Amino acid sequence: MNALYIICGLGMISLLAEIFNFKKALFPIVMVGLVAAITVAFLDGGNADQAFSNMINFDRVAIAFTILISITAFSWFWMAKDYFSNDSHLTDRSAIVLFSLVGAIILTSINNMVMLFLGIEILSISMYVLAGSNKKNLFSTEAAFKYFLMGSFATGFLLMGIALIYGATGTFELSKISVFISAHPSDLPSFFYTGVIMILIGMSFKISAVPFHFWAPDVYDGSPTPVTAFMSTIVKTAAFAALVRLFNGCFAEISATWLIIFSVIAAITLVLANITAVYQTNIKRMLAYSSVGHAGYLLIAVVSSGNIQGVILYYLFGYSFASLLAFAVITRLEEKNESLTIENFNGLLSRSPFLTFSITVALLSLAGIPPLAGFFGKYLLLSLAVGSGHIWLVMIAITTSTISVYYYFKIILAMYFKKSALGQIDLRQSLKILLVLLLLIVLVAGIFPDLFLSLL
Amino acid sequence: MITAFLIFWPLVASVLVFAFHSYAKPIALTASIIELVVSIVAAVNFIPDSSTQYSINYSWIQSAGINFHVGIDGISLLLVLLTTFLIPFIILSSFSTNYKNPSVFYGLILLMQMALVGVFVSLDGFLFYLFWEMALIPVYFICLIWGGEGRGVITLKFFIYTLAGSLLMLIALVYLYFQTPGQHSFDIQQLYAAGKLLPVREQGILFWAFFIAFAIKMPVFPFHTWQPDTYNVAPVQGTMLLSAIMLKMGIYGVIRWLIPMVPYGVQTWGESAIVLSVVGIVYASCIALVQKDFKRLLAYSSIAHVGLISGGIFTLSKIGMQGAMIQMLSHGLIVFALFYLVDIIVARTKTKVIKQLGGIRSQAPIFTTIFLIVMLGSIALPFTSGFVGEFLLINSLVKYQLGLGIAAGLTTILGAVYMLRAFQKSMLGDTGENTSSFMDLTTQEKLVLYPMVVLILVIGIYPTPFLKISEAAVNNLLTIVTNYLALVK
Repeated sequence: MNALYIICGLGMISLLAEIFNFKKALFPIVMVGLVAAITVAFLDGGNADQAFSNMINFDRVAIAFTILISITAFSWFWMAKDYFSNDSHLTDRSAIVLFSLVGAIILTSINNMVMLFLGIEILSISMYVLAGSNKKNLFSTEAAFKYFLMGSFATGFLLMGIALIYGATGTFELSKISVFISAHPSDLPSFFYTGVIMILIGMSFKISAVPFHFWAPDVYDGSPTPVTAFMSTIVKTAAFAALVRLFNGCFAEISATWLIIFSVIAAITLVLANITAVYQTNIKRMLAYSSVGHAGYLLIAVVSSGNIQGVILYYLFGYSFASLLAFAVITRLEEKNESLTIENFNGLLSRSPFLTFSITVALLSLAGIPPLAGFFGKYLLLSLAVGSGHIWLVMIAITTSTISVYYYFKIILAMYFKKSALGQIDLRQSLKILLVLLLLIVLVAGIFPDLFLSLL
Repeated sequence: MITAFLIFWPLVASVLVFAFHSYAKPIALTASIIELVVSIVAAVNFIPDSSTQYSINYSWIQSAGINFHVGIDGISLLLVLLTTFLIPFIILSSFSTNYKNPSVFYGLILLMQMALVGVFVSLDGFLFYLFWEMALIPVYFICLIWGGEGRGVITLKFFIYTLAGSLLMLIALVYLYFQTPGQHSFDIQQLYAAGKLLPVREQGILFWAFFIAFAIKMPVFPFHTWQPDTYNVAPVQGTMLLSAIMLKMGIYGVIRWLIPMVPYGVQTWGESAIVLSVVGIVYASCIALVQKDFKRLLAYSSIAHVGLISGGIFTLSKIGMQGAMIQMLSHGLIVFALFYLVDIIVARTKTKVIKQLGGIRSQAPIFTTIFLIVMLGSIALPFTSGFVGEFLLINSLVKYQLGLGIAAGLTTILGAVYMLRAFQKSMLGDTGENTSSFMDLTTQEKLVLYPMVVLILVIGIYPTPFLKISEAAVNNLLTIVTNYLALVK
């Protein structure tokens, strides 16, 4: 709860920085503020906290997700430092990012349909702006426009769903809705179910699950790379936090309605995203499809039973940090004004062994190779699914993760195997420290998962 | 403690190699020799009964019932010894070649050793899977970075092939894990107990999930298609790691995990596995007959030999098992020596086509003698280690079913044909332009090859001490399985 206030405050400070002209000091302030937010969230751990007439509910799960989002945001700011320093829009950008974090944290703790809507809108509108923040680039503008159109559509579905559910139950509050469902097991009006399905569609847009994923590749590709990193980590984490709260919390009792739909969505997401990723030549597009694919894996957890929140949290943890690691390397390459095709990774080994090693570990983790965090996440997820009897989903997941090895390794092959005529890449000290930190997180989380699982 | 040392010392050593990269070669060699000495100490203090010794059991990931549970029994010990014995020689064999980035190369070999030892001592399903997968990464990069022509696609095929198999095994393990009572656990005894309680149909499904994973690693027909290409493009140290040690992971997996875990499944489907193995033997031997390339010939002969081992194990008889144990040792030594010898030929003549060789004997008598002994071991002549293993294995197959036994016996005959022909064409005859200045073995090469030859002969003449190590453990395993099967009927 207090973390939310701190990040709100940071957003305000960013806005003031322009007026009172302390732009230079802003970046350190934001970093310190995020550390404070993480610390406060840790101290809050265990104390459930409700606020705003029970509209948000900071329980253990919400706090764990908040911690994850704050740590990711901290690393992201570190990685994206140049995104803020090379431009005159420094304060606007950091304010927008910070407010989008506020939206993300609200989403982790929603207990009210209104908060769901607010959280999603705060998060999304910020992202529309950020996607188009590279105004000189046509693709960036296209990305923003596309994202905005598709996002508005999804929001429309979401709102309609909320309205229908309100019509059926007479309340916006998630806990009251779930009480209402238990009280009326068989005489819920059919438009209530329509509402649930509409929310399902709206959320599927946000997590970019197939067949609602069409915006993702273009948006990921067109946006500035740091923004892509932000979308594929923090936005995804927040959307899943909300999804789990809605479907595994509020709508758990009517799982018969949505379980099969999500199972099918998970299956086609896995198959389509992973197969399409194979044919990508641009690394950002490839990572976009891989990110869609990971949404498919996460959906398997949503349709299972057991410690769903824990598994999703851990999986997102491993996924986010491996992605950040990959994006940190990509950002560095992009600074050298290089295009981001796979050919561009040719011979990276001789150009910068450390960058090569970092992105190798990132890709291995995303592919789910032990002993990295991505492997244990996938293991937890699959074992949850086996335990709930979804063997067919598990078989699909296994097939697709074998396919995913193929496209992740295409990059590894290019780096180690092919030759390059381009020169050495030098690394700044701060980037080196960040990479080491992220590498350690991915490795330690994989070997000692209990450290992270005990957060919940 | 000694088991933990055996697992983690190579890890420490690989870090040292990375840290002091200008001394990569001496550090790697010293570290692997230390490892060898420690494993010999473990073997000397080992009491040859069926118990698990030097075991360590720490709680690791409590919430998921995963323990760091390792220990050594007779079956593990033989394979640990094979690993720790061969790695120093693999490292030594590379000293004459100047690989780029030597620190990475030796670091990866040592990491590989850690994973291999880990596989052979794990007594926890999850830990086993972890080491099993970790063994794949270093060898993949060894082949990818230092391999030959066309390595990119071939190594990727190898990686995806084995990974697909492993994932099947992971699901089977997780499924069994959910059958364990109460707070689920990956402990090997619990998994055994859980597997045995399953009805025959499920045991059959689990059997295939495990078998395919192990069969890809060995490789057994028809899961072998990755193997010849991979052996061919890998640098010779990679081929040695793959063929001499890594392949034993699959066989070990069958003995340690598959048979005791789903005995009823093995009973039901064992015959199919044997038939596949025997088909593989004949098939691979026939293909080996027409190979022109020396490395590919060895690759196919390796498939044939492994087929025999796998067939022998699935007879579930004592001679079959013991034959498999001794043959694993013998095959490890022989295949290591053969690949090294061929690598020496390739290094000196720049060709691995058998036809372009010839007359090496007149230029390099010591080389030829060594080659002859190793080759005779490979075709299982009496008084070589190959004989003991193949005799026991074929014997077990004949007892199982005469027809299969005879078909399996073909390996020896066909093996003799293609090996002797290769020997004849490369070593005897007149020298060609490639072989006219063939240099005999250097001191470093002798250092690698002499111990192999000595061991091949020692095991061939007096195999008892080696058979003794695993005998009690094998007996125990078979008694448990037979009692269970009798009970089920």
